[in-house]
Amino acid sequence: MTFIYASYFCILFSENCTKNLCSGNRLYFRGVFFQFNTSKMRLVILEDYNEASEWAAKYIRNKIIQFKASADRYFTLGLPTGSTPFGCYKKLIEYHKSGDLSFKYVKTFNMDEYVGLPRDHPESYHSYMWNNFFKHIDIDPCNVHILDGNVTDLEAECEAFEKKIAQAGGINLFVGGIGPDGHIAFNEPGSSLVSRTRVKTLAKDTIVANARFFGNDLSKVPSMALTVGVGTVMDAREVMILITGAHKAFALYKAIEEGVNHMWTVSAFQQHPRTIFVCDEDATLELRVKTVKYFKGLMHVHNRLVDPVLSIKDE
Amino acid sequence: MPSNKSVSDAPITQFVNCRILREHKLQREDLWVREGKILDPEKLFFDEKGSADQRVDCKGHIIAPGFIDVQINGGYGIDFSQATDYVKGGVSLVAKKILEHGVTSFLPTLVTSPPDIYHKVLPKVQVQSGGMQGAGVLGFHLEGPFISLEKKGAHPEEYLRSFLSDGMSDLIETYGTLDNVAMVTLAPELPNSQTVVRELTQRGITVSLGHSVANLSQAENAVQHGASFITHLFNAMLPFHHRDPGIVGLLTSDQVPQSRTVFYGMIADGIHTNPAALRIAHRAHPKGLVLVTDAIAAMGLPPGRHTLGQQVIEIQGLHAYVAGTKTLCGSIATMDMCVRHFKQASGCTVEESLEAASLHPAQLLGISHAKGVLDYGADADLVLLDDSLSIRATYIAGQEVWRK
Repeated sequence: MTFIYASYFCILFSENCTKNLCSGNRLYFRGVFFQFNTSKMRLVILEDYNEASEWAAKYIRNKIIQFKASADRYFTLGLPTGSTPFGCYKKLIEYHKSGDLSFKYVKTFNMDEYVGLPRDHPESYHSYMWNNFFKHIDIDPCNVHILDGNVTDLEAECEAFEKKIAQAGGINLFVGGIGPDGHIAFNEPGSSLVSRTRVKTLAKDTIVANARFFGNDLSKVPSMALTVGVGTVMDAREVMILITGAHKAFALYKAIEEGVNHMWTVSAFQQHPRTIFVCDEDATLELRVKTVKYFKGLMHVHNRLVDPVLSIKDE
Repeated sequence: MPSNKSVSDAPITQFVNCRILREHKLQREDLWVREGKILDPEKLFFDEKGSADQRVDCKGHIIAPGFIDVQINGGYGIDFSQATDYVKGGVSLVAKKILEHGVTSFLPTLVTSPPDIYHKVLPKVQVQSGGMQGAGVLGFHLEGPFISLEKKGAHPEEYLRSFLSDGMSDLIETYGTLDNVAMVTLAPELPNSQTVVRELTQRGITVSLGHSVANLSQAENAVQHGASFITHLFNAMLPFHHRDPGIVGLLTSDQVPQSRTVFYGMIADGIHTNPAALRIAHRAHPKGLVLVTDAIAAMGLPPGRHTLGQQVIEIQGLHAYVAGTKTLCGSIATMDMCVRHFKQASGCTVEESLEAASLHPAQLLGISHAKGVLDYGADADLVLLDDSLSIRATYIAGQEVWRK
């Protein structure tokens, strides 16, 4: 418990301290250096899908604005697709349209894309990102990076993607989702936990889960995809996983209450220094009551990350 | 935002804050235009990494494809069939004025005339794109002279003709040339008309049935040979009869080849067709309805008396009477009035009323890949309307050509 309070204490200080007083793990305050551990695993539990989407969007908004991005210093964001982040994207678009958030100095890297699906196919991840996010905001198309599943040399494409991430200075915040089989991106059960961006053959579970986007015709669902590796996401400075709905509950249980296991690749993030799991009540249905009560008890701490919510209008 | 367009350096306009008519629905989407055509913004974003050069705020209004009028005899004092010596100027004047009604393309229509009129007039007006100077001319609509005596309407009897042994040579002899002709209205019961219908269709000219006493099977026969339009449904044809529906029966005929649609023109001014009749036609065959003005020279003139050619006309509201009588002498409703009246009388949706003036005429003329639609690659002929379907602005090839 002492560890928890110490971390809580440090959140208070770290949020109040100025840049030159706080460096990495050391805080200079009233003539004393405080060594504290900034590693966190947060489980943020909201009532329903809409509240979870809004919390996540506010968190991203605050992160981008606090970063004070500029032409020399972009904020790099890793992005997911699917039904889970849909609500979060809608909120981010709202914040942009109301003038509170700009993506002018944001670089994005998407997690994955199907192999062999035409880029303008309505179910490609390019289409998803364009229709649900990019077309509504002010991001520069040159700062958008999505793997191309239609090149002849898929491996070269994956390597180039890793290089682009490195060139951009790494990812500040990687937002992801979780599959019903506990996978992150297309890192299917059995994937290496130190994997990098590569071509993956999709698991049957994933193909079945995706069939609803292809008229429930399994033969039309792509069987391969390009995906960032578990290791690629682990390299991000911060990771936020969105998990909503009862059908994800078992995967969430495996991810945080069981051990690190490559059959449930999201469990790798137990070993990441800064991870936030944002979920709704339904997603917690397979967790122990004790776990849920514990993290719900921390909501007042978690909510300080999104309240007050910042705006570029205040600059 | 830096733009790095690889396909073209031409400026890109983005219409924002609008509802566009696409895929039969009004959707909240931006409309992108480059080099006079509608642009796919997703391709621009991912392939060219490009962005817009200018934004037009549409203030929440509707953007529909520009209207296409396939039957208009003149306006603003100009009668295309009479103004032989300055027909080019007359067509240009009307072309410019109808931009205010949202019309971006039209077929100047000539009623039954003697051969020398056709020989003089047809070569003078070419198919041409629209622009600041006016709506685009898609070609002439020649209504007559191969029509029925009994259903001549206001056409001059002395110039009516029928097909002698070789229909096509009669036709060419009468008209002089078929260049710049987009549509011909004829009566299919005239002997030797079948070969004419077939030949004209093969040449890409739309054949329309009208001013006719044809029965249903004669009409169906003509459709099978290629006819695809009915000139002002109900007017100048036999009335619907339950044992022989005549030309009107084409709306629900089962003899029309599967892949084809029979379109029909409706003058929806509330005067030339009883709203109940309009509703019957619309409900029987909604996808075939094409709004036409069939406007005469008096259209666009202020209320009161006007002398047009040999006639004195009196304009009262939307009615144009022979002066001193209650005899109608033609329509003077504008296309946007027709769209509004059609919507109100038929109870159809906004989308249907707009498509009747844009998509359907484009489909009729076989040009719906470029006109009458807001699909990527189509010509950016647009009309901006408010919710009461009043025209706020008209665009041709992405350029604003009229604003209220």
